[in-house]
Formats: sequence, structure tokens, C-alpha cells
Amino acid sequence: MINSISVVGGKDKNGIPEAVQCLEIMAGEILAVVGTTGSGKSMLIADIEQWADGETPSQRRILINQIPAGEFTEDRLLRGMAAEVSQNMNFVMDLTVKDFLYLHACSRNLEQPETLAEQVLIYANRLSGEPISSQDKLTVLSGGQSRALMVADVALISDAPVVLLDELENAGIDRLAALKGLALQNKIVVLVTHDPMLALLADRRVIMKNGGMFALHTTTGEEKRVLQKLEKNNRQISFLRDQLRQGLTINEEWSPTTLE
Amino acid sequence: MRFIIVSGPPSAGKTAVMVHTIKHLLKDGLKVVACKIDCLKTSDDEYYHTLGIPVAVGLSEYLCPDHFFAANLEEIYAWGINHEAEVLILETAGLCHRCAPAVQGCLSICVIDNLSGIDTPQKIGPMLSTADIVVISKGDIVSQAEREVFRQRVEMVNPDAAVLTVNGLNGQGSLKLKKIIMDSTPISEIEGKELRCSMPAAICSYCTGETMIGSKYQMGNVKKVSFGKV
Repeated sequence: MINSISVVGGKDKNGIPEAVQCLEIMAGEILAVVGTTGSGKSMLIADIEQWADGETPSQRRILINQIPAGEFTEDRLLRGMAAEVSQNMNFVMDLTVKDFLYLHACSRNLEQPETLAEQVLIYANRLSGEPISSQDKLTVLSGGQSRALMVADVALISDAPVVLLDELENAGIDRLAALKGLALQNKIVVLVTHDPMLALLADRRVIMKNGGMFALHTTTGEEKRVLQKLEKNNRQISFLRDQLRQGLTINEEWSPTTLE
Repeated sequence: MRFIIVSGPPSAGKTAVMVHTIKHLLKDGLKVVACKIDCLKTSDDEYYHTLGIPVAVGLSEYLCPDHFFAANLEEIYAWGINHEAEVLILETAGLCHRCAPAVQGCLSICVIDNLSGIDTPQKIGPMLSTADIVVISKGDIVSQAEREVFRQRVEMVNPDAAVLTVNGLNGQGSLKLKKIIMDSTPISEIEGKELRCSMPAAICSYCTGETMIGSKYQMGNVKKVSFGKV
């Protein structure tokens, strides 16, 4: 059981110790990672995914329940503890969707891999705009289909106490539905994002700069109120997006009020 | 001297992984030398030269690169000793997928990348199955699910190896590889040690320079494809 993970600060790109020297994330918490491109956001979640023990370029160390990850000598124990949706938009493996999901479930020693593979596909089809067939080759899936399948796989096959999400907003899948579907209760969620709505949805956010953790901020009550406005805007934009996707035109009198 | 043999399919990231790993060894003040065995041409020595360490290149040219490799191990060992090396990195390329360069008593590392296809672990056979360490590279460009499936395929072929993931671009994971190299046992000679997997027989007319096609030009150890019953 993972109650907390801690990131013990290393060094930024210039070799200067990180301003945030220890970042503890508790089970049930959503932490956002924000910062400009190249500021080190993806590297931070890569360090967590690899259970870094001072050996990565950042020299960070990850503690699990206050114990350094390096002390878990049997690395198979750590495998499967973190699930990651990376920025990748495409698969490279030459397999059908069905075979791939089956093999992935087998690689994690899960029971009833065939049933599980079917469930992942059903869920992926709920997130994806275009339907995915079990006989499709992974490599021909569009960015949106691939992303939907990756999220569904993380939710059902890589079901892990630590969930790492890198720019979930990409590829046009419903990001809020995806976040909810990941069954985030009592999990540790680390969310890299450029999306203000996802950033404010988090309990806290760490700000990255020049490869280092620069500042840590707890989402204020005022920010949560701004979030409500953003969610309202988001519903309006979603409404317009759907109209356009369906080939409808929009005029100046369009009314989102029915959505509220 | 620790005699480290590194193999892997072309473009898997052998040199990139080893350059990062050697940097860690050099930081500890160790004397490292690198030798690259290739078929016709290599530019990998330039990468090793940037580390400021002694580098040797062996090109097999008209010979089978695997046999060339095995026939030169003693000389490569002596070259490392002459440089008073504590760690010798021997990177091989051009091995056909029938051969494995692993030698008893020498740490053998196989580098294979996540992009190389789901059946590659089975295809490259002994090169993978006789390795002590399997390094999987290019994990940053595939999904976690693909990494896990690929790793399982590797473990099916070689259940005893330690499997590491190393990012050849930024060196993530290479410190662990350095620690494994330093934990390996140094050897005091290489003569009398044994290849873990024998190399295929290759004594036919083409071995001696024949270029003509057709059975009447062929002599020696010739094997024909079996097409089954038609």
C-alpha cells in the first residue's frame, strides 16, 4: 500500500539545487506540474516512473512511504506501481488492438485477460470520437484513438496506486471524462498540464523552471471559484466544438444558456 | 581488467548507452578503453574519442564479422592491458542473428530497443539469450503498455538476465549499468575462456570469394532450403 511518495530535490539544468527540496504527495491527492516547455515537467514524471535513486540527470530521489525507492532491491516489486500516460500519440508495435491488450494484461499477470481486453476496448470507445475495432492494427490508429486506448489501458490494465499523466489535454479526447475514468480515489495523481482548468482542478501545483522544481503552490479558494467559471466556459466551448464537428453552422445568437 | 562485451542489432543505441555509462566510470577516476568491431565502416569511434579515452577499431571487411571478433579477442585483451585499462568496453556490430559474442567470465550486455518490433527478441536468439544484462533503449518514444509487453518478450527469451531501461539521449538509467559493470568480476586472462554459443560453420565456395550463382559453382558446406511437399 502506498500512502505517500516524496520527491527529494536534485539539481536543475545549471547544477543548482532545486528550490523545492522535498515534495511529498499523499494518496488521494492530485498534484499538477506546470511550467513552460522545456522546463523539466516530463523529466519530473519520468523520475517518478523510473523510481529514480540519484542516478538520473536530475539526481532526484523518490521515496515510497518515506523509504528510498533504491532500497526496494527486487525491482519487480516496484513494477506496476506507477501507471503513465505519456505524451506519445502513436503506437509503434505491430499488433492488433485485441492481441496487444491481451498480451499487456498477461504481462501483468492479470486474471481473465481476454475479458479485460474487451472492457478496455469498450471504455476506449467511450473516450474516442472515432470507433476503434479490436482487429485494427495499433499502428494505424489516429492520435485521438491511440490516446483513448492508452488512457483506457491505464484505467483498467495498468491500474496502479500512482498515476502519471503527461498533457492529457492533447489529442482531443474528453479530458475531464478521462480524468474521472481513471478512478482516482485514493491514488496519487501527478498531472503535467498546460491547461488552466486541469491545473486548478489539482489540490496543489509545482512550478518547474530550468529543469528544477521552482515553487509549490496550494490551490486557493479564489482559484477554485475561477475554476467553476472555467468549467462553465469549457461546456460552452465543448458545445460549439460538437456543433462544428457535426457540420452545423454557428451564428452570433448561439445560446449556451441551455447548458447551465 | 573488466572485459565488457556489448552487442545488439544495428541502431539499437549501443554506443549512446555506453558513452553515458563510460562517463560515469570516468567520473570515478577509472581507466577505460573502448574497442569497436564492425564490418565495413564505422563512425562510432568518433563518439568514443569525444570521451578522451583510447579507442581501437577492427573492421572485418571480407571476413565473417563474428569469426573475426572471436579470432581477435586475445589481441583486444592485450591492447587493453597495454593501456593499463581497468574497464575495456568491446562493442560489436554486424553480428548476424545466429551468433552471440558472449564469453564465459566476461560481462555480456545486449542492447535492444523498444522500436525494433515485437518478434525481435525471439529473432535475435543467442545474442539476447546468452547476455547477462539486457538494456532496453528508446523507451521514451513508446507507451508504457508497449514497454511492458516488450520487456516481457525479452524476459521470455532470457529469464535470467537483469533487464535495465536506459535512455540513450539523456543517460537516464546509465548509472545503474555502471554499477553493474563495477560489480562484475575482473579477468586476468582471456585465453582458454569459452564462447557461450558456438558460431555457425561457414566453409563453402562463397567464403573464398565465389560470386557466381548456381549449384555447379558451389562446394563445401552447402545447405539448401526445404520447400516441403508441393
